Amino acid sequence: MNPFTNTKWTGHRRAIQNLLLIAFCAAPLVAGAQEPATGEVEALRQQLLELRQQFERAQAEQRRQIEALTGKLHELEQRAAVEAEKQAIGDELAAGMPDAGASTNSAPVPGAEATAATPWSLAQPLTVARSGQAYLNLSFDALVDAGWSTAADPSEYLNLGDHDPSARGFSIPNTELVLDGGVDPYFQGFANIIFKLEHDNETHVELEEAYLQTSALPWNLQARAGQFFAHFGRQNPQHPHQWAFANQPLILNRLFGPDGLRNVGAQLAWLAPLPFFLETSLGVFNGEGGTAFGFRNAGEPDWLGVDRMHGRATVTRHLSGPDDLLYVPRVAASFDLTDQQVLVAGLSGAFGPNDTGEFSRTEIYGADVYWKWKSASAHAGFPFVSLQGEALYQRFGAGAGPAPWVPALTLPAESLQDWGFYSQVLWGFKQRWVAGLRGEYVNGNSSPTDFLDVFRGQRARVSPDLTFYPSEFSKIRLQYDYDQGASFGSAHSLWLQLEFLLGAHAAHKF
Amino acid sequence: MKISLWPDPPDGRAPLLLALVMAALRLVCTDVQAANLRVVASTPDLGALAEAVGAGRIELTTLARPTEDPHFADAKPSHIIRLNRADLLVEGGADLEAGWLPSLINQARNPKIRPGGSGHFSAADGIRLLEIPGVLDRSQGDIHASGNPHFLMDPANAGIVARRMAEAMSHIDPAAKAIYEQNLTNFLNTLEKKLVQWDQKLAPYKGQKLASYHNSWIYFGARFGLKTGLYLEPKPGVPPTPAHLAEVITTMKAGKVRAILVEVYLNRRIAETVAVRTGATVIDAAQFPGGVKGAGTGYIGLMDYLVNSVAAALESANP
Repeated sequence: MNPFTNTKWTGHRRAIQNLLLIAFCAAPLVAGAQEPATGEVEALRQQLLELRQQFERAQAEQRRQIEALTGKLHELEQRAAVEAEKQAIGDELAAGMPDAGASTNSAPVPGAEATAATPWSLAQPLTVARSGQAYLNLSFDALVDAGWSTAADPSEYLNLGDHDPSARGFSIPNTELVLDGGVDPYFQGFANIIFKLEHDNETHVELEEAYLQTSALPWNLQARAGQFFAHFGRQNPQHPHQWAFANQPLILNRLFGPDGLRNVGAQLAWLAPLPFFLETSLGVFNGEGGTAFGFRNAGEPDWLGVDRMHGRATVTRHLSGPDDLLYVPRVAASFDLTDQQVLVAGLSGAFGPNDTGEFSRTEIYGADVYWKWKSASAHAGFPFVSLQGEALYQRFGAGAGPAPWVPALTLPAESLQDWGFYSQVLWGFKQRWVAGLRGEYVNGNSSPTDFLDVFRGQRARVSPDLTFYPSEFSKIRLQYDYDQGASFGSAHSLWLQLEFLLGAHAAHKF
Repeated sequence: MKISLWPDPPDGRAPLLLALVMAALRLVCTDVQAANLRVVASTPDLGALAEAVGAGRIELTTLARPTEDPHFADAKPSHIIRLNRADLLVEGGADLEAGWLPSLINQARNPKIRPGGSGHFSAADGIRLLEIPGVLDRSQGDIHASGNPHFLMDPANAGIVARRMAEAMSHIDPAAKAIYEQNLTNFLNTLEKKLVQWDQKLAPYKGQKLASYHNSWIYFGARFGLKTGLYLEPKPGVPPTPAHLAEVITTMKAGKVRAILVEVYLNRRIAETVAVRTGATVIDAAQFPGGVKGAGTGYIGLMDYLVNSVAAALESANP
């Protein structure tokens, strides 16, 4: 700041100029006329003295101001230097070799609100906490398949699952948008919206799941309602990206159809007050459509446009009472065999009407077991070994009706029985690497329409796979399938599956 | 940890029905018999603090084991039972348990222990976390959005957590407030004395550098004036690569880094490879009491072990 721009100072300057001028002009007067009046001289002297005093006062005041301003400037400069030093330490911290030792000195009082002092830096904004800042968790998960099969169209009879690798070359059978979060103190909300590409590369959208679940029911109860996967067995409620193999097990595909057993309904689950885990649940669903495959499902149209299921023309059955709903009971128990070994076993059932006759019904029974060993000093969850197996049996009461190929011929009412199992072992032999082997078998009693039905007849499959997880959020899987079936002989397929997950960290069930 | 709710069979074999009825009765009568506060801790370090504050009054269960990677613990169904009966859940908070705890809480049918409930305690609340990322980008590795979750490696933070824990326990169990407060006072006094000792022990090495396998020692380093920031992992959670290790070795040699901290569940052999080439000492470290042999049973024991191990390693490097 230039002190000479000060108006006060300018005023004083003018006063000095006047003073000098007066002094200059007055000198000859004083010299030339000593006589005129001593009174005048005295007055002038007095004036001069006053002006001088005024000038000195102004000068002193100015000096004081200059000193104050200089002090202030000094203080500001010092503060800037401290800031710069802080910034430098912050940058050093951000750069990766923090020397926080300089900022910690004597032992602090435990419980004091600040931990070891860390300077503020741009690289570390003053965010107190980040997670839970939105009202929901949002994530997007995509599965991309690539591969080859000896079957020209694997989706025709080999990989019947809706989210299985479905074509030679590339396919995207499943990407899902997942939303979940607390609705209010009473409910949690979940939604899974699937986008998948069909063979013609058109996008197909499915509301796979959308349900709310209670969080505060008494007596150890938990209810959910909406569209959700029925709790039947182990794999049915899992989303495709959680599967250990690229395709759905044959027996689940056969009994629950391409999409698994999921429907609109409600479920009540009770956790028994026992020292070990024992949960019983009962799901009640409308049981309608392709996602309730063996139940009130119209099936696929034949060449005449007649909807058929297992060869039988279907009828539209409306809900006329509780008997027409689909019921899915389940009981599951779990035991920690040792600190490193956990066993989960369950029994499930599914009971409801089917559309092949006015009084036709379907019953499905299943048993599942899962065992896992994980090292006591596991890093990133490895190493581990797990075994998983499920066996299912279905009795499908098919109604009588005209045969698909000779309308004059009537098929009798009969009980179509199907059964099968899969069993798989996974070995997480090294951090990020999992080797797996799955064996499966399905069969059933025979029916005259079996040759038209890809969901019947004997089939078997052996699938070794190897999965590499670059991180928790991506995977690369290589899987070989050896398929054998009474209707198609044998087939070989090799699939590469890629997965990526964006967004919220998934928290999976055991 | 065994659960002691199962009644002992009267004479060898109890009929299942009787057992079920008794179990149901026990559930109904919990209010009558529940003298103790049932506390479930997600990780053993939090368990140790809960034990210090609640000694003599709480019944403690710890979910993750001290020897395993806490980020990848399993959501075992048996944990659901423990959470179902818990009066207080103590969790770390800074996303450390994000892969398994939320699904357990969702299945536990216990509104008390849900976030926001009276029985939910998140240790990270009230702690000034370090390394909060400015930008959330997973290409930078497994970086936690809330900041570095290994904050209990700074004993001052343990003091904060213990103090808040005593408040939480007193809040839901006011009858035992005096016990919790007394325990807390004892713990804080010990901690204060110990901090002076630990500081003295490590004072000669102020400014020295520590390498570590994983970025879990920043709070420890900041407290005791030791430099951290050199990691065998190229990015958090990403396994070491030779190219990165070569760089680390060069940096260690140039910067005279004499010690490498490795948690028990990490790959010690990789650290040994680096140690051989740099003349550094591998320190078998633990984040949790009981994580390695000698790492004590309580929090103080763990810190004693860590401080002594680090001091020994740095001393041997500076004869």
